[in-house]
This record gives sequence, C-alpha cells and structure tokens, in this order.
Amino acid sequence: MHYSALKIFLEGLTGNRGWGRVWREPEPKPAYDIVIVGGGGHGLSTAFYLSNEFGLTNVAVLEKGWLGSGNIGRNTTIIRSNYLLEGNQPFYELSMKLWEGLEQSFNYNAMVSQRGILNLYHSDGQRDAFARRGNAMRMTGAGAELLDRAQLEKMVPFLDYENARFPIKGALYQPRGGTVRHDAVAWGYARGADRKGVDILQNCEVTGFDIADGTCTGVQTSRGAIRAKKIVVCAAGSSSRVMSLAGMRLPIESHVLQAFVSEGLKPVIPGVITFGAGHFYISQSDKGGLVFGGDIDGYNTYAQRGNLPVVEDVCEGGMAVMPMIGRARLLRMWGGVMDMSMDGSPFIDRTHIGGLYFNGGWCYGGFKATPASGYCTAHLLAKDEPHPVAAAYRLDRFRRGVPIDEKGAGAQPNLH
Amino acid sequence: MIIDHPLLGPRDAAEFVVKGDASLIDRPDGLAEGAGDAFHDYLHLRDNPAGVHRELWYHEHGDRSWLVVTRNTLTHEVLKVELARDAARARGRSR
Ligand SMILES: Cc1cc2nc3c(=O)[nH]c(=O)nc-3n(C[C@H](O)[C@H](O)[C@H](O)COP(=O)(O)OP(=O)(O)OC[C@H]3O[C@@H](n4cnc5c(N)ncnc54)[C@H](O)[C@@H]3O)c2cc1C
Repeated sequence: MHYSALKIFLEGLTGNRGWGRVWREPEPKPAYDIVIVGGGGHGLSTAFYLSNEFGLTNVAVLEKGWLGSGNIGRNTTIIRSNYLLEGNQPFYELSMKLWEGLEQSFNYNAMVSQRGILNLYHSDGQRDAFARRGNAMRMTGAGAELLDRAQLEKMVPFLDYENARFPIKGALYQPRGGTVRHDAVAWGYARGADRKGVDILQNCEVTGFDIADGTCTGVQTSRGAIRAKKIVVCAAGSSSRVMSLAGMRLPIESHVLQAFVSEGLKPVIPGVITFGAGHFYISQSDKGGLVFGGDIDGYNTYAQRGNLPVVEDVCEGGMAVMPMIGRARLLRMWGGVMDMSMDGSPFIDRTHIGGLYFNGGWCYGGFKATPASGYCTAHLLAKDEPHPVAAAYRLDRFRRGVPIDEKGAGAQPNLH
Repeated sequence: MIIDHPLLGPRDAAEFVVKGDASLIDRPDGLAEGAGDAFHDYLHLRDNPAGVHRELWYHEHGDRSWLVVTRNTLTHEVLKVELARDAARARGRSR
C-alpha cells in the first residue's frame, strides 16, 4: 500500500479500516540468496537497498528480538556529516544525502528534521581545529560555517558564555545536521524491503554458522536451519558474540552509552548543541522532551544499563553549558550496548570465510550512518566489491597500519 | 559498581580508569618469530565475552595501583579483585 495524503483522506471517510499490516510475518524458507543477521537500522537498510537498488529480493533479515529492540530504537537520533578524515567524511556525506531523500524513497514519514548542529568551541586552539574540520567538510560538499560568539549568541542566547573555566567562544555549525525519528527509520526500511518480497523474521536468533572448507553455507537459528549463498552480520553491540560463533575475534569491545529524556517542555533548544570541553550533547524532541547524553561508561558490558558516575558527569556537562536546564525533571534514562572499535571507525567488509560478510564497529555514531551503511553493504553483497566511499572500512586495516582514528587516541576503544 | 581493593577495601568505581582486557599483561616477545602478527593480535583483537571478563583497572584517584578485576559483563557483578602485580607474577612475569 502506498501512503499519501489522498489515502489518509479516503481512510478518514471509511473508518480507517483499510490500512493493513505494515509488513508481513512470513515463516522462514529453507534457503535464501542472502541472509542478513540483525534487524536493526543497518540490517534493515541493507535489505532495503538490496531489494530496491540492486534488484536482489530473495533475502531474509533474521532478528533475535523485535524490530527496533536494539540501538536503532535506543539512540539520541542525531544525524550529521562533520568528520575530518578522508576514509570517513565522504561516507557520512553520502549518508546525509540519502537522509535528505529518504522519506520519498521509502514512502514513510521518518520526521527527518535538518534543524542544524552546533559544536561549541571554548579556546583559540579549538577554534583552529574546528576551522580545519569545517574546511574538510566543505570539500565534500557537506557545508559548514564557523560562527563567532556574536553570531552564536543570536541563535542560542541561553548558553553560559562567561563560564569561568570553559567560556564559549563560538561554534562550528552544520545547518544540514539534525534529528530523525529513529523507530520510524527501522519501520520505514522494513516496510520498503518487505514490499519487494524480503522476509523479515523476528524472534529468530542466529545460534551458529554452517562453515565447511572455509565457506559459510548457512546459519542455525532458533527457528531452524537456513541456507544462504551470502550471509552478512549486522549485529551492532553483539558483533563479537555473533562472530565468535564463526570462530572470529574482532577489533571491538562492547560498551554502554546512556541517554536521558526530560519531561516535555515548550520549545527551547532549536537544534543540536554539543559541549566542546566535556561530554554533553542535547536536542529537543518534537514532543518537547530534552534528549541528551554524554560519554560512554568506559568498561566492557552487555548489560543495557549504565552506572551513576556517568550520569553525574553528563549532568555536570549540561549545567556547564546551559544552567537553565537544571530545573527540568528527568523522565527516562536507558543504556544501549555498542560495538566500540579500536580506532572508533566502522567495518563493512568480507571476512576470510567465504560467503560471510561483516558490518559493525559503529560505536556511538551509527545511527547517522544507517542509510549509507545499508547502501554500501548492499553494494558489497551485490557486486562483491566495496563502494568507493566505504573502501577504507576493512577488517585488516590495523594489520596494514592504516587505522581511521578521528581522535588520534590509538587502540583504546573507551577513548574514542 | 564497588571495587573491593585488596589494600584499601571497597572503593567507588568512579575512582578508577579502565584499561581493558587483562590479556594486555601478556605482552608478546618482540624478538620472537612472527612478532608482527603477535603484536597485531595483542593490540587490536579482543575476546569481548558476554559473561566473566578479567580486566585491568587503574586506581588513578587513589593509590595508583593496577588491579585485575574479574567482572560479569552481563550483570556488572564484581567477582574478584587482585593486584595486577600478583596476577602478572602468577603468569610468570618478573614484575
Ligand atoms: C544511548 C545511545 C545514543 C546514541 N545516539 C546516537 C546519535 O545521536 N547519533 C548516531 O548517529 N548514533 C547514535 N548511537 C549509535 C547508534 O544507535 C548505533 O551505532 C546503531 O544503531 C547501530 O546499528 P543498528 O541500528 O544496526 O543496531 P541495533 O539496532 O542494535 O541492531 C542490531 C540487531 O542485531 C540483533 N542481534 C544481535 N544478535 C543477534 C543474533 N544472534 N541473531 C539475530 N539477531 C541478533 C539485535 O537484537 C539487534 O536488533 C547511539 C547509541 C546509543 C546506545
């Protein structure tokens, strides 16, 4: 069914009885051309682009829980393309372009809102670094403006500009950054793939890989064995667990990131704002809640919850930039488990096992990557060669000495 | 999380910096055959288990000792805390 204004009008006249299910709930078939493990944002977008761009429809997505139960439904919904390095920035800019056309391409309202992102700077050195980053962004067409304090104060007058320790001197501004309704992204991609015949199998946990003579020919699941010519794992925070079933160790540690939402307030925060001297970022949802977060907790974990020291740190960061939020009451907080890689950058690659592919290492920034990740993973599966903007995301890059380390922090996942 | 420090007793986890998997104690021999591969694996690859995990914690805001904390990554339960020195010696290291 195609969603349109006319459809809403007609359904309104006929008692909303004709909407139907958004996607089917099929039984698993014994075999597919391509099996995707993990029905989060990246698995579903891979399925969508395989079926809608590359004409491959004999595809299944295997999700151990329900769609949206992982990080696609837990993140703070920020999209941006403000990276510095060559291996990253063109990829994230492709993602931004895909976000811009997404709702038309999958005929679903994902509430893509390019309300702008402001990265605050607090010193001369930081301004110079942001000028360099802004230039790198402009070279890929992402657009960026370096704002001084006067320009910034016009946009966001409520910041603590005179903070004694971290005075706010200006910001790097990407007007095209913003937020997107995260669950709708999962639902829209799922529906778009389902309409082309992709089977989306929920409550279907992969428990093993069938590997013989160095080639993977299928998976064992809680709903039986499924054969496939190609298998791609998009399990985000569970990447190491799933790939260990194929005997692989990854350059990844699993860490928790927490998120916080306040009670609903009148509009106060126009776009996304990030603190440049500590770990704090914030936006306001369309329902009015302040959505904010900060740093990862910093220890290995698979528990989808964090601890109090980081809660305190995030709130201190918030109070340092915008003391006005101190009176807002917190409504909800939660954590999500993420696959932190050794250089803070992701992987879209084949493995050394024939027919087995891997998508992961998305750290705390994989939501914004969802469209390009799916597109490039589908490209790799369909053509067996990497998409040019994702060509650096190889699993062997540490061995070759070419990590993509935006922060220059080295092989220490909790510092990225 | 509370870390039961072998010398100082129970301390808040916020006093510590986490380094990661305790396998980092087992630094490969740089002169041995295949040292390049050994260092790649040592530096970059992790078991990253869901369950019991031994890891290095540094008591930065305390006595600045290195500890080996055995923890369950599914529940955050702390199962055992040792001085890293003792753990390293038990594996045959001189210090
Ligand atoms: C609190 C928080 C805030 C964040 N904020 C942002 C942000 O503002 N902007 C941004 O760009 N990114 C953000 N991120 C990061 C982003 O959410 C993730 O990088 C991204 O969602 C990961 O990809 P995914 O959507 O495919 O993951 P998931 O949705 O986690 O998908 C993985 C799926 O694999 C399934 N799975 C696991 N094991 C198996 C198995 N054995 N068999 C079958 N299925 C399995 C899981 O159930 C899960 O549904 C944030 C993350 C968190 C936790």
